[in-house]
Amino acid sequence: MLDLIYEMFPIALTSSVPLIITGLGGVFSERSGVVNIALDGCMQIGGFVAAALLVILEGLGVPGAIWYSVIAAIIAGGIFVSIHAFASIHMRADQTVSGTALNVLAGGLTITLCEIIFGHKSTTAFSISSIFQRVSIPVLSDIPIIGDLFFTNNYPFTYFAYVFVIISWFILYKTAFGLRLRSCGEYPQASASMGINVQKTRWIAVVASGMLAALGGATLVLTTQTYFHAGSINGLGFVAIATLIFGRWHPVGVLGAGIVFGFAQVLGYYTNSLPLLSAIPSQFFNMFPYVLTIIILIIFSGKNFGPKASGEIYDPGKR
Amino acid sequence: MTRKHSALTISIIAVIMGVLIGCLILAVTGRNPLNIFVALIRSLTGFSINRPDRGINLMYPLNWLLSSMPIILTGLSVAFAYRTGLFNIGGEGQFIAGCIACSFVALMVDLPPVVHTLACIVAAALAGAIWAFLPGFLKAYRNINEVVICVMLNYTALYFNDWFTRTFFPIDTFTLARTIDYPESVSLGNLGFGTASQFNWGFVIVLICVAVFWFVMEKTTFGYSLRATGFNSEGSRYAGMKNRRNTVLSMMIAGAFTGIAGAIVLIGNYGYGRIFTSFDNFGFDGISVALVGGSNALGVLASGLLFGLMAASETQFQILGIPSEISDLIQAAIIIFVAIQYGVSLVLDLISNNIMKKKVKEAA
Repeated sequence: MLDLIYEMFPIALTSSVPLIITGLGGVFSERSGVVNIALDGCMQIGGFVAAALLVILEGLGVPGAIWYSVIAAIIAGGIFVSIHAFASIHMRADQTVSGTALNVLAGGLTITLCEIIFGHKSTTAFSISSIFQRVSIPVLSDIPIIGDLFFTNNYPFTYFAYVFVIISWFILYKTAFGLRLRSCGEYPQASASMGINVQKTRWIAVVASGMLAALGGATLVLTTQTYFHAGSINGLGFVAIATLIFGRWHPVGVLGAGIVFGFAQVLGYYTNSLPLLSAIPSQFFNMFPYVLTIIILIIFSGKNFGPKASGEIYDPGKR
Repeated sequence: MTRKHSALTISIIAVIMGVLIGCLILAVTGRNPLNIFVALIRSLTGFSINRPDRGINLMYPLNWLLSSMPIILTGLSVAFAYRTGLFNIGGEGQFIAGCIACSFVALMVDLPPVVHTLACIVAAALAGAIWAFLPGFLKAYRNINEVVICVMLNYTALYFNDWFTRTFFPIDTFTLARTIDYPESVSLGNLGFGTASQFNWGFVIVLICVAVFWFVMEKTTFGYSLRATGFNSEGSRYAGMKNRRNTVLSMMIAGAFTGIAGAIVLIGNYGYGRIFTSFDNFGFDGISVALVGGSNALGVLASGLLFGLMAASETQFQILGIPSEISDLIQAAIIIFVAIQYGVSLVLDLISNNIMKKKVKEAA
């Protein structure tokens, strides 16, 4: 049983990491008061740019191609999400509508670019040798149990995710900027009256969320797939939103929620080895994250964990 | 000076800008943007500009109407909820719920023709309404954001359908990926006029739905109270309207429209129960249709026909060397312009002010 858990953990973490990184993006954006339903679209852009650039650079024989690909994906995500930032911050757009537009746009744009660059509806496959390999962290992996579970035999992205969780928590809860950012999501008119530039703060938060989501998408494609295609992201951006809500809009909560959802996805593969679970159809494991999110929302309803002004159009003249 | 610009003006500008952006993308990537119009005219009239000798092929306009049918219904669905202040992004789930109910009645119940088909459609409407009940109820009584619940229910429906269909319906033994064919008593007929088009009587049902939407929303007290709820929730509650009940009912009626779309697509285009591996995106398309249609019945009908034209042209795009995803790009651009209508209005004001100033100068 314990061996099985040790075996499952790195696989579950691999499914969790894109959710955690993207969910963190959602935390920034929603905490600043902008609902970013376009996380899914940003993930698609990130996954596409990372995979496409990796294939191209690989062909040119550039050393360290994966680093350029990942960084380009992050930048592309930041640029892409700017449309949402502009529409929702300056144009008083309904944030759900403009987010939906970005999701449609990402689906069309990535596949159109695939056809233009590669001649078919997906990127060509990149070679396994050019992506990151699974590694263990020295020292930390020697800690009993925790070391084996969290720091052994994982892709570097997993360790990045831990670091991002800590950085996000620090920025949001231990810096003046974080306090201001959160205030913009609670009562932006009050923040403005204290001299905070609400629009600038929200811009930073939304662009950060797009960058993180793109990194999440890149992580997903580079660790679990060999090329980018229309079904690569498969709505995981929406699971990331579930992660964000289940994690109560808090970076550490997102980490926990991400691991739970990652496990839910992986459990389906292990039903044969676990006699208790073999009676449950595999589709129920697929449903689990979504149903769990609904249940959690019902349980938490009435207690306001979420940012108050999230999704509201910011009108500086309103009091 | 700011003047209110009509929803129609905004929609028309958004559509023009969307198509222009599509052309721009094609031009930048070295394709001929005029081919978009060649494809659209082919789908609209059946006349090919490149091959005028072939005359008019009725199959293309019929297929245009066929692909408009489901998105007009999902457009009505999103519009109905939107008028009550709700964002129904749960179309995919309601669509699949409708499909499950349709297959259930088609395969498990024995009824005479016509009655059987109508029973399938009614069942699908009920299933869509039931699937939409939860987000409406939670929004009304627990103040939980309907968007999140809708999205979660979309994916739940996707996997639920897979399990339910495989467990309870007779599966086609050759493909193992769908149910057996529906019995002959379940059919929407064929109005292909001798062409290969699958166009069918479902179009009449779509038109009835448009009429029902218009009548309920614009001509009944119930519709008035729904609109009031959407316009000013506190105010309407003060006026004695049952906001919570309205929210739940509005979401359920919206779900019913989408459920009917599921039945019409299954009966008319497939003739068997499907095991979905991904969404058909009719529910998401309904968002664009409703937004461009200004969330009223005739507007949705018109914009549904417009987006249907785009969808029907995708194969033509492909043949003419245009990536078929260009229609997604155009659609996205259109939604963005509708979303930023505040900015569009500002620009329009600026232009009209300049014209006014010029006129004043000329007069002086």
